[in-house]
Amino acid sequence: MLAALSFRLGQMVLVMFGISVVAFLIFFATPGADPSARIAGRNASQETLIQVRHDFGLDRPLPVQYGLMMNRLFVSRDLTSFVNRGQRVIPAVMGAIPVTLSLVGGAAVLWVLGGLIVGVIAGATRGTFIDRALMILSLIGVSIPVFWLGEVANLLTQSRWHDTWLFSWVPPLGYIPLTKDPWGWFRALVIPWFTLATLYVGLYGRVLRASLIEMMQEDFIRTARAKGIGERRVLLHHGLRTSLVAFVTMFGLDFGALVGGGALLTEVVFGLQGVGKLTYDALQTLDLPMILATVIYASFFVVMANFVVDTVFVFIDPRARDVR
Amino acid sequence: MVNVIADQPAAPVRQAADGPWRTAWRKLRADRSAISAFGVLVVIVIASLAAPLYAHYVSHTDPFVTNLNGEIVIDGVIQPVLQPSTEGLGLGMTPIGPTWRIGPYLLGADNQGRDVAARLLYGGRDSLLISGAAAVLCLTLATFLGVVSGFFGGIVDISLSRILDVLWAFPIFLLAISLSIVLIAQSIQIGPFEIRSGSLWLPVFIIGIVYVPYVARPIRGHVLTLMQAEFVTAAIGLGASPWRILLRDIMPNVVTRIIVFVPLILALNMMTESSLSFLSIGVQPPDASWGTIIQDGQGLLYSRPIVALAPGLAIVITVLALNILGDGVRDALDPKSSPRGI
Amino acid sequence: MSVDAPLLVVEGLTVSFRSDAGLVRAVAGVSFAVEQREIIGVVGESGSGKSQTLLAIMGLIDSPNAVLSGSIRFMGQELIGLNRRALDAIRGRQIAMIFQDPMSALTPVHTIGNQIGEQVRAHEKVSARAARARAVQLLDAVGIANPDRVVDGYPHQLSGGMRQRAVIAMALSCNPALLVADEPTTALDVTVQAQILELIGRLRDQFGSAVILVTHDLGVVAQVADRVMVMYGGRFVEEGSKGSVFRTPLHPYTWGLFGSIPPMDGERPARLAAIPGAPPSLSNLPKGCAFGPRCSFRHDACLVQPPLVGGNGHRAACALPETSRKRFHTREVASIETPV
Repeated sequence: MLAALSFRLGQMVLVMFGISVVAFLIFFATPGADPSARIAGRNASQETLIQVRHDFGLDRPLPVQYGLMMNRLFVSRDLTSFVNRGQRVIPAVMGAIPVTLSLVGGAAVLWVLGGLIVGVIAGATRGTFIDRALMILSLIGVSIPVFWLGEVANLLTQSRWHDTWLFSWVPPLGYIPLTKDPWGWFRALVIPWFTLATLYVGLYGRVLRASLIEMMQEDFIRTARAKGIGERRVLLHHGLRTSLVAFVTMFGLDFGALVGGGALLTEVVFGLQGVGKLTYDALQTLDLPMILATVIYASFFVVMANFVVDTVFVFIDPRARDVR
Repeated sequence: MVNVIADQPAAPVRQAADGPWRTAWRKLRADRSAISAFGVLVVIVIASLAAPLYAHYVSHTDPFVTNLNGEIVIDGVIQPVLQPSTEGLGLGMTPIGPTWRIGPYLLGADNQGRDVAARLLYGGRDSLLISGAAAVLCLTLATFLGVVSGFFGGIVDISLSRILDVLWAFPIFLLAISLSIVLIAQSIQIGPFEIRSGSLWLPVFIIGIVYVPYVARPIRGHVLTLMQAEFVTAAIGLGASPWRILLRDIMPNVVTRIIVFVPLILALNMMTESSLSFLSIGVQPPDASWGTIIQDGQGLLYSRPIVALAPGLAIVITVLALNILGDGVRDALDPKSSPRGI
Repeated sequence: MSVDAPLLVVEGLTVSFRSDAGLVRAVAGVSFAVEQREIIGVVGESGSGKSQTLLAIMGLIDSPNAVLSGSIRFMGQELIGLNRRALDAIRGRQIAMIFQDPMSALTPVHTIGNQIGEQVRAHEKVSARAARARAVQLLDAVGIANPDRVVDGYPHQLSGGMRQRAVIAMALSCNPALLVADEPTTALDVTVQAQILELIGRLRDQFGSAVILVTHDLGVVAQVADRVMVMYGGRFVEEGSKGSVFRTPLHPYTWGLFGSIPPMDGERPARLAAIPGAPPSLSNLPKGCAFGPRCSFRHDACLVQPPLVGGNGHRAACALPETSRKRFHTREVASIETPV
């Protein structure tokens, strides 16, 4: 097993390298505009451009440029934003991570529970009215753009029904740190949690149901029934447990992608200063150093999540342990 | 004495069974929700394509021209399109709300005095066209890569798979965003093709590229499985040329997978396009798509919510219809499901 | 229940399925009894209805289009229509079933011990530790080496033969009075097959179980069964003690089965003998005797389904008069042995 893990670790490093190269190429090597103009932001002066060109070694060959950029990002970590002068990009990203983590973590709890409940009930009551209703709701959930849902949620909770008992507790848009005010932290995040979770509950519910139904046709389910252990145990202990493999894999990948900045739209709509919002703001102002940093850090999160998923996979599926 | 009839064993009766395409078609036709979904999509497409007609004959306004001082007649009373706000602090102007009458400003105006309903239709046109074109690009490229990868195997497979893996490791959204900001600002040149900066082809290109690994991987997997299948081994044993195997054995089986992907990719593309446009890095003004209209409606969210609500609802309905149709197509093409559903 | 009363009494069991083609009868009025500690072999081709009979006994037919009628009485209790909870109390406890394919019979994500223990604890109040100990005992009893290692292992770590043994161990974990086996050796190779059959033969002595063994292989039946039923087209066409059926088979189908066994000695035939024709489609059964279209001795009386008749516990469903049977059998055997 150790060999398998170190193999995967090596792969992860390789993929991260690949991603950094791709990101670098996109921002520095696309034919067309001068990268220095992009880095310096709009309306940069001539001196700034020369400075930028020197700092980033833009007159040197590409691999050198790449090395310099990676150095500034990871080693010296002094990459600064040109739009917000002097703002160091890396600490800014680091500071935004807890926000994103809070948002995605809470939503994840909701969507895992929701997905399990929907999937199991729909799978167990297959073909009945309950199943159909759950599937239609899930389908609708998957079809709603998350940013629009957030806008609608805001419309209701901040404006239209804000004064009613339903939503008067919802604070104005923004993040309240957990350490400062736990109850406020919770209140500020409840609506975003549900908004983000809606899409995923629908998705996971559908996938789990399909997986469960397929699993219940397997031979070992028939054996389990023949043992007289009760249908509920057959469904949960044998059917669901075996379907979990796919579920967990999906979850790991989605969670990683969201933490890496995929929750961008939700953060923007609810005014939460997470990694995603940081990326968005940088987009608006074309703050290239910031964009580069967030994109690469985001991708790293995803790759790391892949790695974690692969490792967890080995734990929950005994068949994977012995196969190299 | 027993009479023995030396009978011949009864010959089995041969009945021509339906081919797989006909079975699939029958199943699909029987699936009422899929048919309704398809109907809804047809209506949406026709309505969107008829946008210029609507603008000309019904709303009598150019939805791309600012109309801040415009006036319309409601119940004989002339009203300005933008009226002083009464809500909140009473500052600024609020566009008029939906008239709910066939004619100008059926759904009201946006903050530039433009007809929301007309813009909705134009936006639909752009959203649908972009999603459709991107889907064509994505599926073509992904099929090509997937089939080539699976069919030839070896170094071709390994290198293509690595490239796809790295592309896929990039979170889709961030890849789309990165490409967008880099490309939106100026034009790109690929060989003899030049895509100008404001062109709608840019989002098409970006959205099309980004989902290629998503489709290529399963297709490659399917081709690999097929290559191991007995009927392919038999064909090779019979001395069939690679082209022949590819065209007659592999492709027909791959086509089913592709067909199942079509509604799915269309739905994903619509969601991605609206997200990108919402962030101002998809469709660029003066063009409009449902995503950009939602973005326009952000500032008016509390005072005139219809501007943001209408396009969102349109997206939900379209994507939902695509998903329902996608389910129906998948069930129809799955040989294991019965014609009666479930 | 008295010592002499039969364990299982099946009367007029009919299993049909609703389909687009109408009502398809997989099992058409089957009746038999199983005594305690008796080993019954049910022989038939694919599509003869033998598996469905077993599934009906276990209540494992879960298709919503299935229609069961008749009676299945186990230790005096009627099983058809029994509610789920009562059924679960009997399944795994009094009647246990093992299936054809050992490779996919066990849940891949739980240990062997976990799965055996689960069954034990579902029916008896024992601790987890005691259940595990029982599992080790059982694995040992079915001839698995290193049972204390296997008990914590996973199904994919075992070979097919080992898995089938583990499945048998699991089935026996609560000392069932009746073990029902659906082609338990078909998916195994011949040497393993012999071992598993020997194990099944021992079950009667070691565990006191009766066994219903379903197979398409006469050799399997020859090795372990006390009584034999031959099934065709959803019905029993012959039944009797093993010795009786093997020595003097009474039904033309049985003759065909025996005749198609390749001879072990003598001249090698130019062609393998086979019963001409193909098994009937269950949705399109011939009128009268289902075997009629393939039988060399078909005559007018065969257009009406013949009842099972015979003496000395050996019966056959054939319209041929008993007196002529021996003559026809010899002729049939001769014709099969020298195919043209």
